[in-house]
Amino acid sequence: MENVLIDLTWQNVGFLLIVGFIGGLVSGFIGSGGAFVLTPGMMSMGVPGLVAVASNICHKFPKALVGAMKRAKYGQVDIKLGLVMSATAALGMWWGAGIQQEIKASYGEAGSNLFVSMAFVIVLTIVGGFVLRDAVKIYRSGTTGAHDEEVSRLAKWIQSIEIPGTMMAFKVAKVRVSLLFILPLGFATGLLASTIAVGGFVGVPGMMYVLGAPSLVASATELVIAFVMGLGGTIKFAIGGYVDIRLAMIILLASLFGIQLGAIGTTFVKPYMIKVVMASIMLIVAVSRALVVPVYLAQLGKMGLEAGTGELLKNLSFGMMVLALAVGAFIIIGAMVRGHREHAAVA
Amino acid sequence: MNGSAKPWSKFWLYGIASAICYGVLFMHLNDKDAIRPFTRTDGLYPLLPVAAAFVFSFFHGGFTGYFWDVVGIQAKSAKPVSKDETEGSED
Repeated sequence: MENVLIDLTWQNVGFLLIVGFIGGLVSGFIGSGGAFVLTPGMMSMGVPGLVAVASNICHKFPKALVGAMKRAKYGQVDIKLGLVMSATAALGMWWGAGIQQEIKASYGEAGSNLFVSMAFVIVLTIVGGFVLRDAVKIYRSGTTGAHDEEVSRLAKWIQSIEIPGTMMAFKVAKVRVSLLFILPLGFATGLLASTIAVGGFVGVPGMMYVLGAPSLVASATELVIAFVMGLGGTIKFAIGGYVDIRLAMIILLASLFGIQLGAIGTTFVKPYMIKVVMASIMLIVAVSRALVVPVYLAQLGKMGLEAGTGELLKNLSFGMMVLALAVGAFIIIGAMVRGHREHAAVA
Repeated sequence: MNGSAKPWSKFWLYGIASAICYGVLFMHLNDKDAIRPFTRTDGLYPLLPVAAAFVFSFFHGGFTGYFWDVVGIQAKSAKPVSKDETEGSED
């Protein structure tokens, strides 16, 4: 497929390296991140949409593999939970892809974009708001310095329900829960991954608040899910000839530095910081996607919008996504520096 | 890990292997004839990008890990996360 390969300039390479590093740093820390900037970023270079998605996924699975192996060394990865979640997430992805195709067939490209943006806004506002509320609660309680986390009431209730023949124990997460609760959670993670490309925004909070896994284990286990889904996605796109290996490996060049640093960072900071970073990124991305909703509504003829205003909103939206990633990286590095100083002072 | 000898030999070994991988990639950055097999859809060609990703991640993943070790940025501890403590301190 000749048309999938664009000519790459050194400016393109520089952009991929910078975003790749920051995306890797955030992924290493919270289990996901970066895809929402990389895919539109590649498209703005002239890379066709499907190739941008495919190349992004092709960099995601080796990155997640390296990150998962690193965090497994710190005892943070629950491989069994990750694999069970991955199996059901694959079903969710398959179903979500079908919904996407139906929407595209019925309402065209603008309808599909509107659906994706609305999914971003609704899911990230609700889940991000919930994570932020929890982070604020911990901050107000004065227990930010604690390495312990309070298990949510929902998780306690779910853990207390015994359904014979369906109970599964997860040693690292220290959770014993019915498979019947994990199935819908994995399914929702896959569904979101197929819709907004960042399933971790549901998977990580779900493992924390629904199953009761510690945030460090939830964010590390998400890397296993990202690896399995990324590998499957890469094979699917490679069969169609959509992977531009140059783009994927250039992003990987920087993102592996980032993911290793983010993983190291988790050993220096309090678990509460995972929630702060996750909520900040999710809520800024929600605002970013809300900005482009009028553009797609105008394309569908549901409202009037001047062309200049549409372009402005699109640029503002992309700028907000870059800001989300930058804010996440800034908080992570700040928390790492503080954690390192505290550790050095104690030692 | 802190305080232990830095893994210079592994750093160089993986670093050179990673540099070779990326050297080849950048030498062929806009050489479409060299890159085209990675987009072929016939036979086992679709496995080519997957295999390349594994090879790059093995060498470059090793290199980046040892890189942070040799520059002195290392994990505070490799102690597994304990949720027993979590459950004991909820109130």
